[in-house]
Amino acid sequence: MAEIMSDNAVDIDRRRFLTGTTVVIGGIGAAVAAVPFIASFQPSARAKAIGAPVEVDIGRLQPGQRITQKWRGKPVWIVRRTPAMIEALKKLDGELLRDPSSENSDQPAYATNAWRSTREEYLILVGLCTHLGCSPNFVPESGASGMGEAWVGGFFCPCHGSKFDLAGRVYGGYPAPTNMTVPPYRFVSDTRIIIGEDKEGAA
Amino acid sequence: MNAVVKQLTGLRDWVDDRFPLVQLWNEHMGQYYAPKNFNFWYYFGVLSIVVLAIQIVTGIWLTMNYKPDANLAFASVEYIMRDVEFGWLIRYMHSTGASAFFIVIYLHMFRALLYGSYKKPRELIWVLGMFTYLALMAEAFLGYLLPWGQMSFWGAQVIISLFGAIPFIGDTLSLWIRGDFVVSDVTLNRFFSLHVIAMPLAIIGLVFLHIIALHEVGSNNPDGIEIKKTKGPDGIPLDGIPFHPYYSVKDTVGVIVFLILFAAVMFFAPEFGGWFLEANNFIPANPLVTPDHIVPLWYFTPFYAILRAVPDKLIGVLLMGASTSILFLLPWLDRSPVKSIRYRGPIFKSALALFIISFFALGYLGTQKPTVELTWMARGLTVIYFGFFVFMPLYTKIDSTKPVPDRLTSK
Amino acid sequence: MRRSLSSLAVLFWCATSLAAGGHGPALEPANVDLTDQASLHRGVRLFVNYCVSCHSASFMRYNRIAKDLDLTEEVVQANLMFTTDKIGDAMEVAMRSTEAESWFGAAPPDLSVVARSRGEDWLYNFLLGFYVDENRPTGVNNTLFKDTAMPHVLWELQGLQHAVYHTERDDDGKETTTLDHLELVVPGTLGEDEYKHLVQDLVSFLVYLAEPAKLIRYRIGFWVIVYLFVLLAAAYLMKREYWKDIH
Repeated sequence: MAEIMSDNAVDIDRRRFLTGTTVVIGGIGAAVAAVPFIASFQPSARAKAIGAPVEVDIGRLQPGQRITQKWRGKPVWIVRRTPAMIEALKKLDGELLRDPSSENSDQPAYATNAWRSTREEYLILVGLCTHLGCSPNFVPESGASGMGEAWVGGFFCPCHGSKFDLAGRVYGGYPAPTNMTVPPYRFVSDTRIIIGEDKEGAA
Repeated sequence: MNAVVKQLTGLRDWVDDRFPLVQLWNEHMGQYYAPKNFNFWYYFGVLSIVVLAIQIVTGIWLTMNYKPDANLAFASVEYIMRDVEFGWLIRYMHSTGASAFFIVIYLHMFRALLYGSYKKPRELIWVLGMFTYLALMAEAFLGYLLPWGQMSFWGAQVIISLFGAIPFIGDTLSLWIRGDFVVSDVTLNRFFSLHVIAMPLAIIGLVFLHIIALHEVGSNNPDGIEIKKTKGPDGIPLDGIPFHPYYSVKDTVGVIVFLILFAAVMFFAPEFGGWFLEANNFIPANPLVTPDHIVPLWYFTPFYAILRAVPDKLIGVLLMGASTSILFLLPWLDRSPVKSIRYRGPIFKSALALFIISFFALGYLGTQKPTVELTWMARGLTVIYFGFFVFMPLYTKIDSTKPVPDRLTSK
Repeated sequence: MRRSLSSLAVLFWCATSLAAGGHGPALEPANVDLTDQASLHRGVRLFVNYCVSCHSASFMRYNRIAKDLDLTEEVVQANLMFTTDKIGDAMEVAMRSTEAESWFGAAPPDLSVVARSRGEDWLYNFLLGFYVDENRPTGVNNTLFKDTAMPHVLWELQGLQHAVYHTERDDDGKETTTLDHLELVVPGTLGEDEYKHLVQDLVSFLVYLAEPAKLIRYRIGFWVIVYLFVLLAAAYLMKREYWKDIH
């Protein structure tokens, strides 16, 4: 080996200190340098623009019917409920439903009531089953065949059999764990709804 | 604290029972003895690895958002620059890194010329390095098509048509490379694949072999003395010091200085006056309109100047190829008994100086329009460039040398 | 070693200026200042009022302009958006490129990155260099872009210039006529200096348009380099301590 032994003994404490200092300062730099790379995974301006709120015209929606609007790549349903449907909703409770007061599901504050919307007449729902994401079928007729005697209308997911009522609340005893999601929305007028934006601004 | 150290040591031992971890560490870092007199020219190996890592990481991230489609490519680069968070930073890192790679590699190669690092027993290290250099040139050429700007398109068009100069198979070969009758979306897609995975794998493999070959023989040094010739009673070269901690610590300083220069360019002058990001490449590729002045990227310009200096298309192509390939032969052209320029005579020093001047001058001429006078100048410089190699067996033999000491001279 | 490095630096500098400058007439400098936000505000208004009817800037989104230029989205929506009402959309143009090509002979190019391909000085001089030319379908020509298909959109502001030529006779008796300078013949609503400032505002906006990141990269770069010098100091002290062993 080269003449490594110098006149002074190796000051191991000073070495540890200087090495430690350099490693710590360098580590901070490395962490900061990682930020742009991690941040670049965030939705880009284009993704945000495509996911921007979308306006829907509901002027021609008849009672008992449903229309679908794509928002952020997902189907959003707007259902115009009949008075009979709304009455039937209020009768359903914890006996059949897993979470009748929507304590565990995802909806804005104004949709935590029994009809899960700002206006009783209109239901706005993200049309995806909360189990594994399939889009359920619309089965609005009371007593529809194959749905059981107690059926008063709602949604049926063909993938694994989960059932939801006409407010998107999930039935107990099926794999879906929570009520269907209500997106932020607001009425621009009586015939136009903006999905993805409520009084607090864009989602 | 001691408990943590004990756990880590235990983990290390568990791995070491199943994988030669400690042995590899000792062989290549802790007990790899390098000459103690490494100077400025010895930073560029480690810096090459740093730039390679930068290019791979930024390249991976760019690939997440880039679209290799002729209709979408240019827009996807602007998408990265504007819509992707910090996309502009990642893009500039990659473009600055590409030029930095060539600066570092040319200086790394120059070190070998200075100190005879290509001479026996290091010929294979040099040859592997040369293959890596060729792979790097291919990688840069392939990558430059991807932004699909005017320079990207026409530069590729011109270089690929050079292959058409080869007799008999030329046109078929160009067609095969392009996959189409002109540089098109087909070409772009395959260049994307080659640039993103094929060439990087080749480069990583070659760098790995290059370092293994180096560690087998041991590093050269500015005095060109073989330190393994003088060992102590413990079998360790007297003029050697373990790579770790001495050179790991010293290289850290070198890497930080490099990063300061890198950051200065990247944040304050990423276009670098049009040398690193060319103005014409901000115009989307147009197969119907050729820009006034097609210039390859600066690191190719010396060879481009040589190509243009020759009035015959085929011989120009061959000579351009020869200008890089002749470097492979250096270990066998150099007949001097000494390695380092410190102990060589005036003939080699003048020859090397002339070679460097011709390299820079040709590089500059490659960027200019080929007027009659400049073309004659390029021809003269081409002669000087090749002369360095062609006459080397003669002048290295007759050149005077100084006596080479047995031990390294003090720093 | 130090001498050769500094001569290398000189070589690089010459090469850089030569590469950037290139050939052609001397250009009056644009003197763009991206820190002058008022200038950028005037510039974006000019751009939207005079340019976007024919030219798109399809890589720039309106909400980005709002954020970078410190404008509220309402202000942008009210004053700058004519082809869309979504703030996240890009600055597209109303005119279809096929129609534009048949009307003008060439489709007006997208201007998103024109400041990076042409350069700010070229753009500045281009907008100052229109002159009357009866042989052109638009009635004007341009000193920097011969036979441009673009009309002089700002003519009401600048006025109309005429080209003054200069004839030279060489030793063989051959005459060459070159353009000497432009003279304002019909005044516009702005004086010469006012018009130049207006063009400077517009070009400043084009420079920002070409690279919005320019507004922040200098600031980030400064701190990165400060940090690296701190790290360098620590690493150097560490290196020096270890290398005390070696001599």
